[in-house]
Amino acid sequence: MSTTLILIQVLNGLQLGVILFLIAAGLTLVFGVMGFINLAHGVQYMVGAYLAYWGYGVTGSFVLALLMALPLALVMGLILEFLIFRHLYDRDHLSQVLATFGVILFLNQLAKVVFGPASLSVPPPAFLDFSFTLVDGLLYPAYRIAVIVAGLLVAFVLWLVITRTRIGMLIRAGATNPDMVSALGVNVRLLFMVVFGFGAMLAGFAGVMAAPIFSVEPGMGDNLLIVAFVVIIIGGAGSIRGAFVAALLVGLVDTLGRTLVTDGLRLVMDASAANQIGPAIASMLIYVLMALVLFWRPEGLFAARAAR
Amino acid sequence: MSGAPQATAAAAGRPRSALLVAGVIFAVLALVPFIAEVAGGAYLTSLAVRAMILAIVAISLDLLMGHGGLVSFGHSAFVAIGAYCAGIMLTEGIYEIAVILPVAIGAAALFALASGAVCLRTSGVSFIMITLAFGQMVYFALGSLAQYGADDGLTLWSAPDALGTKWLASKTGVYVTVLIALIGAWALVHRITGSRFGRVLRAARQNPARVASMGYSVFRYRLTAYAIAAMIAAVAGVLWAVHASFVSPSLGSWQRSGDLIVMVVLGGMATRNGALIGALFFIVIEEVLSSITHDWRLIFGPLLILIALYARGGLVGLLDRIQGDRT
Amino acid sequence: MNKLAMTLASSLLGLATMATAEVKVGMIVTLSGPPAALGQQVVDGFQLAIDDLDGKLGGQTAMVIVEDDELKPEVALSKANSLVESEQADFVVGTVFSNMLQAAFRPVTESETFLISPNAGPSTFAGRNCNPYFFVTSYQNNQNAEVMGAHAQAAGYKKVFMIAPNYQAGRDNMEGFRMHYEGEIVDEVYVPLGHQDYSAEIARIATSGADAVFAFTPGGMGVRFVRQFRDSGLADKVQFMSVFTTDETTLPAQKDAAEGFLAAGNWAPDTATDESTAFVAAFEAKYGYVPGGYAMQAYDAAMLINSAVEAVGGDLSDKDAVRAALKAAKFTSLRGNFAFNTNHYPIQDFYQLSVTERQDGAWVTAVGEKIFEGYEDSFAAECSM
Repeated sequence: MSTTLILIQVLNGLQLGVILFLIAAGLTLVFGVMGFINLAHGVQYMVGAYLAYWGYGVTGSFVLALLMALPLALVMGLILEFLIFRHLYDRDHLSQVLATFGVILFLNQLAKVVFGPASLSVPPPAFLDFSFTLVDGLLYPAYRIAVIVAGLLVAFVLWLVITRTRIGMLIRAGATNPDMVSALGVNVRLLFMVVFGFGAMLAGFAGVMAAPIFSVEPGMGDNLLIVAFVVIIIGGAGSIRGAFVAALLVGLVDTLGRTLVTDGLRLVMDASAANQIGPAIASMLIYVLMALVLFWRPEGLFAARAAR
Repeated sequence: MSGAPQATAAAAGRPRSALLVAGVIFAVLALVPFIAEVAGGAYLTSLAVRAMILAIVAISLDLLMGHGGLVSFGHSAFVAIGAYCAGIMLTEGIYEIAVILPVAIGAAALFALASGAVCLRTSGVSFIMITLAFGQMVYFALGSLAQYGADDGLTLWSAPDALGTKWLASKTGVYVTVLIALIGAWALVHRITGSRFGRVLRAARQNPARVASMGYSVFRYRLTAYAIAAMIAAVAGVLWAVHASFVSPSLGSWQRSGDLIVMVVLGGMATRNGALIGALFFIVIEEVLSSITHDWRLIFGPLLILIALYARGGLVGLLDRIQGDRT
Repeated sequence: MNKLAMTLASSLLGLATMATAEVKVGMIVTLSGPPAALGQQVVDGFQLAIDDLDGKLGGQTAMVIVEDDELKPEVALSKANSLVESEQADFVVGTVFSNMLQAAFRPVTESETFLISPNAGPSTFAGRNCNPYFFVTSYQNNQNAEVMGAHAQAAGYKKVFMIAPNYQAGRDNMEGFRMHYEGEIVDEVYVPLGHQDYSAEIARIATSGADAVFAFTPGGMGVRFVRQFRDSGLADKVQFMSVFTTDETTLPAQKDAAEGFLAAGNWAPDTATDESTAFVAAFEAKYGYVPGGYAMQAYDAAMLINSAVEAVGGDLSDKDAVRAALKAAKFTSLRGNFAFNTNHYPIQDFYQLSVTERQDGAWVTAVGEKIFEGYEDSFAAECSM
């Protein structure tokens, strides 16, 4: 187990964590502030990626595509909010599940109809299209480092907004006690719209950033959505800080775990058995992590609300 | 989980019409093999069997979700456990269904008790996620069984013996068995939810502290419900294995669990027939739409959204309103 | 293919030409999700053949019904039942994926309908469970990997790193590679199906001292792995060999990232037979994309059915006669040599392929040296047919 491998795994874990954070941040805000379970958050991630692909096709520049995709992702989120979600805030969670499930089905199919079913690719921006030499012969793409940096920047800006601005205060108040916020005369409708739109844009941003690394395909957000939910459970619903810590934790555990589990098993059993059981256990790791956290702290690591 | 649908009260107040609806549905299902002789053939009966098996699972989930307020996102795992018990035993040469069924039910009960003991310590969204976690564990575990097909699944070459007879080797035999199982599951859950057990469960959904202060162990009641639901789902799994002659880990995937939740909510939770109607509707609409176009989800998705927005209490609630019932 | 439209068309046709018999072919392919690209190739390849035969199979009007198995076993099962029971299909062509085939196998074969696979070739039905109603026009799943292994051995790669998704086909392919390769396997890594980020695995490759990597990472996995592999700079030091990873469904997204990568298969778009060249040109003219092996095998499946229906004079009621006609495989395969083994899997030639850029800018695979001639699969001996 070389140090290079560990180093790369840590970097990869951070990168996955950062993308998870961008998705989970919007999700935890929407769930924490509005009590709304938005299963369609994963497709908002996918929408961002497809907008990047389309924008790149139109402009030939990744940066321009990013600048086009963000407001469009925001608009998309607001349209969904206006048409469907705002009618569901007062309803029970399961009606929300049903409706957002319908949104997932529709948008995934629409992506396939409009863009075709095949996996598409978006190249990273030219100025980031180089690599750092980590070790003889092994390069680590600069773009991935850029994703980590961008994600950390966004996290920092979010932290500033949440803790230092008025709207951030309203969001925190809304996450702790939405009824009180409304009773104090704040336009909760507007607040919800802002929170929702912003969350959608964050997810879209994650999709744009992820597009050059992963491929763009219908349904790409579905599995990440599940992991994002794991993240907000571990972090605590409504807490951005929790989402950040949990996302990095999940990213690292998943990535490092995959390497270590199979290698560890190889120490105690023969290679073919390890190759069979290892990946199965590795896939379960983040769920085991979540179960452990729930055992120890049922509301999550940084719960925003005292009781729910 | 807040928000018990008004349909609960409605259903409780009109048991006879609910019985009638169920009766009609079962009668139609019983007629399907005869209709199939004229048009549709084995395709129609196969579709009906698939719908009935899913309805059994949905009914078991409604016991948990609608009455217990426990939204399990890992319920399909029990179906998979039942199916794989049957699949593995049939592959290893144990053909008698009277042996397979108890083993499947037992395995599901064991897993339910073990996982339920952990899951039921949480509530709300945490409960949803931790049931998902256990469901995923089952899914990955089954997918790693290389000698039983792993992810590709396992083709079953022989039908099980039913008490020594070849009853389950014929399509009619399977159809009748599944229909009887469906009626049985419906009646069983009907009985359970109408009994004191059901009332305590529902009360605990509304106000667990109150129920606990009355001396009931909320945990015990919920765990029992969890195990019962698991066992019913496992029976459905065994029936699936017999019907399809094929089992695969995808039977226990989170997408399937999600479909089940959708079926129950769609139909109307905690109603007599909600789960039954929801499952049948889901399958039939899927088949009808997919024969019109391969992009049928473009229609199905918005349909679900509309039902969520405008049909409170699900399809059963919609039916009630059409019938003009007031509560 | 819209089933409603087809039903209308067939009833009109039936009214117009009352006595004309027809051959009904039901197709079960994956048309949902990213793997839909493969299913689409199969449908398009098959349809092109029908067009080339003036809408007929064996002189009879051909009716093709296309069903989507959605990569869900219960849907494959349902569609199989629909095709053989409701539609009374004479032939069922399917499936793309082996697990879908497993689900649809019994309903089709037990109804005494011929099932012809244009892609999936699991070992399950090649040996003990071979079936008189089952034919394969592609290959047995392990074969391409076996060929790649043979090439690796002959080319003298000493240390190979293997990577595949953790499901049965993944393990089959890894095993297949080992059949002829005698050098050292430095590592064998299984990743989850649909894995996104390969930098960890790539780091292991770099530190393992391997001089070649053998990958089976189909579809979107291949797009990601190839691009990440190229980005890491390892492509110059470690020879990339794969199966089903750099093919015509993934190359449009991989483009120059896959340049010079090696693969193994039974055909490539530049196969030099007249029929193949005509096929590729006609396919691109009609559909606007480069056909891969999936389309080729589907075309062959149509030609196979055509030859069989012709041989029995349109009378499909004598199943034994139809079977014999199918076994004879009296058609010109686009890939050249083609015959059926006792287990109804093909005996054909296999080549080493490499990824190159065509003159018109499209990225395709190209035929290299022939590795095996008349290659049989390794399970035929266990088949008692």
